[in-house]
Amino acid sequence: MSTVRIGPLLPPWSYGFIVAFALWIVTISATGPSRAGGTLVATVAFAAFSVLVGTGQMLVIASGPGNIDLSIPSVMTLAAYLAMSAMHESDGLVFLGLAVALGVGVVAGALNYAAIALLRLPPIIATLAWSFVFQSFAIDFGGEATLKPPPVLAASTTFRAAGIPILPGAVVVLTLIVMVVLRRTVFGRSLLAAGQSERAAYLAGVEVGWVRLWAYALCGGLGALAGYLLAGFTGGAALNMGDIYLMESIAVVVLGGTSVAGGDANAIGIWGAALFFNLLGIMLNTFRFQAGVRLFLTGVLIIAIVALVPHARARA
Amino acid sequence: MDLVPPGDEGAPPPPPGVYLAVRGAAKSYGAVQALRGVDFAVAPGEIVGVVGHNGAGKSTLMNILAGTVQRSRGDFTIAGKAVGEWSPHEAQRHGLRCVFQELSLCGNLTLAENTRVIHRSLRGPGWRRRAGTLIRQQLDMIFPGHGLSVETRAIELPIGARQMAEVARAFTETDAPVRCIILDEPTSALGHKAASQLLAYVKGLPERGIACILITHRLDEILLVCERATVMVDGKVVAERPVARLSRPTLVGLMGAIEAPHLPASAAAQVAGRPPVVDLPGRDSLDLAIHAAPGEIIGFAGLDGHGQRERLRALYAYSRHRHRQGRGPAVAYVAGDRGAEGVFGLWSIAENLTIRSIRTLRRIGLISREAECDLAREWVARLEVKAPSIDTPMLSLSGGNQQKVLFARALASDAEIILLDDPMRGVDVNTKQEVYKLIRREAEAGRCFVWYTTEVEELTNCGRLYVFREGRARTELLGAEIEPARILETSFGGRDG
Repeated sequence: MSTVRIGPLLPPWSYGFIVAFALWIVTISATGPSRAGGTLVATVAFAAFSVLVGTGQMLVIASGPGNIDLSIPSVMTLAAYLAMSAMHESDGLVFLGLAVALGVGVVAGALNYAAIALLRLPPIIATLAWSFVFQSFAIDFGGEATLKPPPVLAASTTFRAAGIPILPGAVVVLTLIVMVVLRRTVFGRSLLAAGQSERAAYLAGVEVGWVRLWAYALCGGLGALAGYLLAGFTGGAALNMGDIYLMESIAVVVLGGTSVAGGDANAIGIWGAALFFNLLGIMLNTFRFQAGVRLFLTGVLIIAIVALVPHARARA
Repeated sequence: MDLVPPGDEGAPPPPPGVYLAVRGAAKSYGAVQALRGVDFAVAPGEIVGVVGHNGAGKSTLMNILAGTVQRSRGDFTIAGKAVGEWSPHEAQRHGLRCVFQELSLCGNLTLAENTRVIHRSLRGPGWRRRAGTLIRQQLDMIFPGHGLSVETRAIELPIGARQMAEVARAFTETDAPVRCIILDEPTSALGHKAASQLLAYVKGLPERGIACILITHRLDEILLVCERATVMVDGKVVAERPVARLSRPTLVGLMGAIEAPHLPASAAAQVAGRPPVVDLPGRDSLDLAIHAAPGEIIGFAGLDGHGQRERLRALYAYSRHRHRQGRGPAVAYVAGDRGAEGVFGLWSIAENLTIRSIRTLRRIGLISREAECDLAREWVARLEVKAPSIDTPMLSLSGGNQQKVLFARALASDAEIILLDDPMRGVDVNTKQEVYKLIRREAEAGRCFVWYTTEVEELTNCGRLYVFREGRARTELLGAEIEPARILETSFGGRDG
């Protein structure tokens, strides 16, 4: 691949975009140029959901080594279930449903952090344990049934203005806001400081506990928002709707150039990685690969990209 | 390394009857001179005490002898032979053994297995039993009635028992006979009984022709067992005396012989009467309450690790809590352990410098890049941080310059109380002098400094001292009482301690 040689000149987050572009070319060369636009629009629409959950996961991962949220899929499902049933497929209640979903997400995130901070559980255990709790609430609530969204929610998630889908555009704006928050607000700086060194951050006056609580709460909120919108986009909330986002939320963060060691977050890179992921799925479907081959190729490509991306600056 | 073997020209061959000798030994770490040309010799069967305050170079000298640190300059002879490159293994082969302050037993191994680690000849079937017998006999000899099982893993033993095993292991012999033992603070972790057993054993070493170098802060031990005492100050040997002609006060006086600038007495007088900004009660009746007023420079003195840092941390937590509740002024902390507690390694100088002040740099909710750069530029200039620009990555700076940035972080903030946690470690002399001046100037402007340092001469910058002993602030020293000899004396527990 020619991208390897020019590697060190490019920022780490650009690799997702480059590989995604390459996959797009490969796909349309197989399907013909007439499908190029359609492929792109579908990719961007699905990528928007990956970016939502990935952005939340990024905030958590950047808040310090070991921090991770494994409860995202169950938070998505639970928030979608509760929001759908609050709305009763009634168009007038879409904002109530949104508020319910966001509330569920923020509370779930706060519960995650409470278990980590008060019970001193490792984040991987705390969030996994809560995810079982949230999942069982969802089962108790909706069971195997698919709860339908109000028509207006379904329509707005797929709405296009002049051929451009509105939802991905809104998520791009969100990404830009998160970038500003990370660089230019007290919360963003504190988060990255706490992520680099908890002790140094504490001694520099950073409220490490509050910052991490906010990171988990925002992650829960973004996951819940993704669940709410996904239920509208796919025509209903189902029990397994969040499953693929467990692995994907982590993968897009890491491929996007965020350091798993904490303290270094990259919001724009998540878009590149999310486009890559969703294009890969479309491409492998186009070539009619079997499920096993698809998983194999996905794994190999992730390893290849992470190995090729130049590493972030050395740590102290 | 540039090592000239002795005997060619400059250095005469060592006199007969010398087991080990260094001449002009020096060691520098970057700009920091840990050892500035030291002559030191030990005769077979001689017991030599080495004393000096923290950072005097005792440990560096011992590390050079033991082969764990390579000297930058100087001659070294052992048993009459010149030594070039030196290693712990070579030292061991020549009969030189060391027990360092940082214990070296492997936690996951039993005492018997740990003994095998230094004795390669314990091999073949039954080595474990032979190693066990070796260490058990040695333990019985030094610490009769020790009650330790050699089948215990080192990690399961309390610190005192581990120290006993460590000492005993150093005396075990297989193929190479022990000629000289270096003991670095061997009794600090031992109980009273074990400590006296060890000292009695050391006293008997000359009869067996074994020499010993004893480093200890407990001066009575030097006076009890040593024949000769070597006093080190600032990387140099300042005195060598037969112990028979020494007393405790003379020894303390020799250690404290440091020329140091004194704070003008007026500064202490000026601040009297202002209400305190720090008022932290002690832990019990033996522990003094810490109080400090604006404009004061308060020192935390005492031997390293006697509770000064813990109190400083408590002070930080307390002041921070009070400030958050709106009941006290803001506080800032300058960490001495730069890597772990000070520096943000992924950030630039500017980001590192302003993190403590970002709240005040906001314009309509967002941190103003302009205000941030102005603040960083101002303080980089005031502290003369040597760097190409304020956007230079923090980690590309030298240690001293990183430390300046950490100082700037505190001084540029709105903090009225500034806590200094031994911040001058690894900082060269010139930077130190600049920072001392800055601290005094900022104190005159009304800030309050609480300064923990392990370097005694730094404390003369303070107007008032709390001397810590065994976890408590035990003594308060004021104005003229602050001089190195008095500080050392109170650190060791008074004139008769």
